[in-house]
Amino acid sequence: MPDDRELAETHASTGLLGDWVPGTAAMDELVVSRQSESLDSDDILVKKPLGFLFWFALSWVGLVVLLAVIADLLPLANPNFQNYSAINARPSFHHLLGTDDLGRDLLSRVIYGSRVSLIVGFAAVTIGMLVGGTLGLISGYKGGRMDTWLNAGAFVLLAFPAIVAVIAIVAFWGHSLYKITIILSVAVIPLLYRVVRASSLSFANRDFVIAARTMGATSTRIVFREILPNVIPAAAAFGLITVAGVIVVEGTLAFLGLSVALPTPSWGNIISEGATNGNLQVNPFIMLWPVLAMFLLLLSINLIGDRLRQRFDVREGLL
Amino acid sequence: MGKYLLRRFIQLVVVSFIISVLAFLLIHLLPGDPSTVILGANDTAQNKAILLHQLGLNKPLWQQYTTWITAIFHGDLGQSYLNHQSVTHILATGAPIDIELIIISQIIAFSVAIPMALITSRRPNRPVDNMATTGTFGMLALPPFVIAPIMVAIFAVGLGWFPATGYVPFTQDPAANLHNMILPSLAITAGSIAVYYRLLRSDLISTLQEDFITMARSKGLSSRYIMWRHAFRPSTFSLLAGAGVNIGALIAGTFVVEYLFALNGLGYTLVQAVYQRDYLVVQGIALVVAIAYVILQFIIDFIFTVVDPRVTRG
Amino acid sequence: MTARRQAKRGRGTLEFADVGHADDGPLLKVEDLHTWFRTSRGTVKAVDGVSLSVDQGQTLGIVGESGSGKTVLSRSIMGLLPVRDVVRSGTVHFAGHELTAMKPDQLRQVWGAELSMIFQDPMTALNPVKRIGRQVTESLRLHLDIDRAEATAMAIELFRSVGIPSPEQRVRWYPFQLSGGMRQRVMIAIALACAPRLVMADEPTTGLDVTVQAQILDLLGELQRERHMAVILVTHDLGVVASRADEIVVMYAGRIVEQAPTRTLFSDTRMPYTRALMDSIPRLADPSGVRLHAIAGRPPDMIHPPRGCRFAPRCPYVQDKCREIEPPLRTAGSPDHLFACWFPLVNGVSTAPMESAGAGAPPTTPATSARAPIPFGDTAINPDAEVQSP
Repeated sequence: MPDDRELAETHASTGLLGDWVPGTAAMDELVVSRQSESLDSDDILVKKPLGFLFWFALSWVGLVVLLAVIADLLPLANPNFQNYSAINARPSFHHLLGTDDLGRDLLSRVIYGSRVSLIVGFAAVTIGMLVGGTLGLISGYKGGRMDTWLNAGAFVLLAFPAIVAVIAIVAFWGHSLYKITIILSVAVIPLLYRVVRASSLSFANRDFVIAARTMGATSTRIVFREILPNVIPAAAAFGLITVAGVIVVEGTLAFLGLSVALPTPSWGNIISEGATNGNLQVNPFIMLWPVLAMFLLLLSINLIGDRLRQRFDVREGLL
Repeated sequence: MGKYLLRRFIQLVVVSFIISVLAFLLIHLLPGDPSTVILGANDTAQNKAILLHQLGLNKPLWQQYTTWITAIFHGDLGQSYLNHQSVTHILATGAPIDIELIIISQIIAFSVAIPMALITSRRPNRPVDNMATTGTFGMLALPPFVIAPIMVAIFAVGLGWFPATGYVPFTQDPAANLHNMILPSLAITAGSIAVYYRLLRSDLISTLQEDFITMARSKGLSSRYIMWRHAFRPSTFSLLAGAGVNIGALIAGTFVVEYLFALNGLGYTLVQAVYQRDYLVVQGIALVVAIAYVILQFIIDFIFTVVDPRVTRG
Repeated sequence: MTARRQAKRGRGTLEFADVGHADDGPLLKVEDLHTWFRTSRGTVKAVDGVSLSVDQGQTLGIVGESGSGKTVLSRSIMGLLPVRDVVRSGTVHFAGHELTAMKPDQLRQVWGAELSMIFQDPMTALNPVKRIGRQVTESLRLHLDIDRAEATAMAIELFRSVGIPSPEQRVRWYPFQLSGGMRQRVMIAIALACAPRLVMADEPTTGLDVTVQAQILDLLGELQRERHMAVILVTHDLGVVASRADEIVVMYAGRIVEQAPTRTLFSDTRMPYTRALMDSIPRLADPSGVRLHAIAGRPPDMIHPPRGCRFAPRCPYVQDKCREIEPPLRTAGSPDHLFACWFPLVNGVSTAPMESAGAGAPPTTPATSARAPIPFGDTAINPDAEVQSP
């Protein structure tokens, strides 16, 4: 439970724009990291080892990333080559994962398809974090009018259901990998802003910050040397979870036909192909492999994010 | 309390206005216009210009905006350029489907997540808890567009228990309606269960470590009483906030599900309208969905004040 | 009081014998209680062999530094500790029943009804989202056979008796609307609601202003006298128990190091640790700028406590024997005065050989002699004088 002071902080009203965001307190509570200030917790409890599952998850993510990067160097079939003599082939030595209804090698499509998910996911969140996170960091510490307006802006942006905007923009502007990444990164900026701001805010009034100020540290120094290191664990954990979310959104767009255009593979559009046109009955493998790959990737990312959060004693918040 | 509500209401109105501007700009700032769709790509530029003039689309943006807004205050959201259906009618037929999907799925989600969390939070990191945690992580990794086709394959095509398509309005035939809506609702529920379970569980675990729980024990109160009457309420804060955000995310899921199950909901209509540059439809849907979401946030905030007395009086 | 006791809910199957008077044995008897916590670094022996007893109407003070195990002791006596990774041995007898052998649902009949606890921090020990009235009535309705209206009326009376003004309105208040002192009064009201026979007050005044501290303690004393309750006062502050306890137990590193009726403890202190505790209380009479007598060093590691006397590393009179062999708890002149020291103080002077006295040992001065009054707040507390109320 956040203590009364933190609650008061988040409920502080400054006029009409004051506790502007419905559920401000709640939302901020979600991600306020509560570093234990007492010595006791270190005495009795020991930081849990990260665990076997964690390393497994990390390896899977590492593997997927690695394969995506070196895909061109691997002896993979051309993912777009339609081999009409091998339609819906079952997994075999030639086609380790089989082929789809147009004779394209599934293994190669899944590996090349991973690029879309990975790039969109990680790039969008990285950009979002750089913009939104930095703004949140500064805004949470400084407060004042800048903070009030930014917060208001973030709320309004978050209030608008992103998917509607994304669909509209993608449909009009175009759905290349680059454009989708930009759109999604803009979509996550307010989210990451809120999260980092909440975390920054929770540290802004801690004793060590006040101490730094009394010693004459400039604001910049305080923000980047005192607050940032404390905010990073929470931000990283949440960022990872957002990556998972973005990958899902891309998949959803792909399913609706709004992601990268065929024949370029992406997990979403392979799944989409595999689920429609009766393919599911005829050749469930088309859908199976990308689902499995995506499932394991999302699971791994969520696991890693969760373990990181536990490790750094961050308040368990939004998934 | 009254003052608080009034302030909230004013905020609601202001936000709604801003959203209307955003909804308007969203569609108007993007390239393309309905003329290509209505007349066909090969029609003359002159005809297109005439059409645009007829539709009032060559006026300055701010003027179009004010026209639209004033019309709304008269209850007129405009008409579809293509089939001339009133936007209000489109909304009225589509919205109930989405609302129903969300309601059913949230009822299921809460009914599953809350008891699960209450049970596992008492003994964290034991086998039952670990199973539940792994299970919910799994649910998070299966988005609706994955679950839905699989469910259709198993339950509709394979077992034949539920239909894969079709819709009957609730008012017409509740039983048939539910029969049709079960699969699509379930398809979007998994993520919610996972999110709510995790949030509630984590809050419960930290609440159970608080002093006032030990104090409650020292009064001789039973574990079950303590769980329900002491631990639960303070632990719902994250859950409430999470519900607000989650439902926003749910909207995306409903779009997928409508597409797959051939339900004539707002998502499907929206995507069509976007492709066809049917401005007023897009604006109308975007506006209504956004405002509904904002109202939901305010409702949740209000519930928050009821649950946590410190908010209005602190 | 007895009438109310008889009205207790028949749901319970336990009968509570009316023990604790002069001849029929003590109300509470703790025998060789151990409470160990299993952690990843080893087993923390927080309470390592404690025996004590309390009679009806008596006040027992348990004094010790942070880390001495006194809070764990109070929870362990009640049985409020978690089950996992906790090893508890020894017996606790209360009002004719053996608490240590009871099952949880039996213990729940004891808690709140016959044995209750006042917690240290009223800010965290009260449920922040529950009205204070409810926090009292839930206890009342659980243990007594009454309906909500009657319980609320009783709650209002309880609040009045603990000195909360306008109790009729305040029953509907939330804890955050009250000041610290008020909250502590609410805690007392809750603890006393069902007229328990024994109340454990765990640092009831830490965190409160000094003036409020005195008020709270006085209130507790008054209520205790009215209801003829036994009270165990757990604190780190000797001054708190000096005028309010009948008997004092001094704990160090999980064990009792000295135990005596209050007057005897102050007039005939044996254990150097107890002496050091007394010396560390700042005196109003001292001129400003006088250095406080802190006890050098820190409490020992409870996973691997030292071999001999546990206080040896910090004792100004330590001898080799102290470091080798643990001194047993034995009696002094009077049978109710126990202490554990090889070279106890007699009349304020250490019996340890002078040459081996530890470096920097504070010499006994008239200001620290056993008979000097110990000021507490505004009132100089003279152990030989009558108890004054401020």
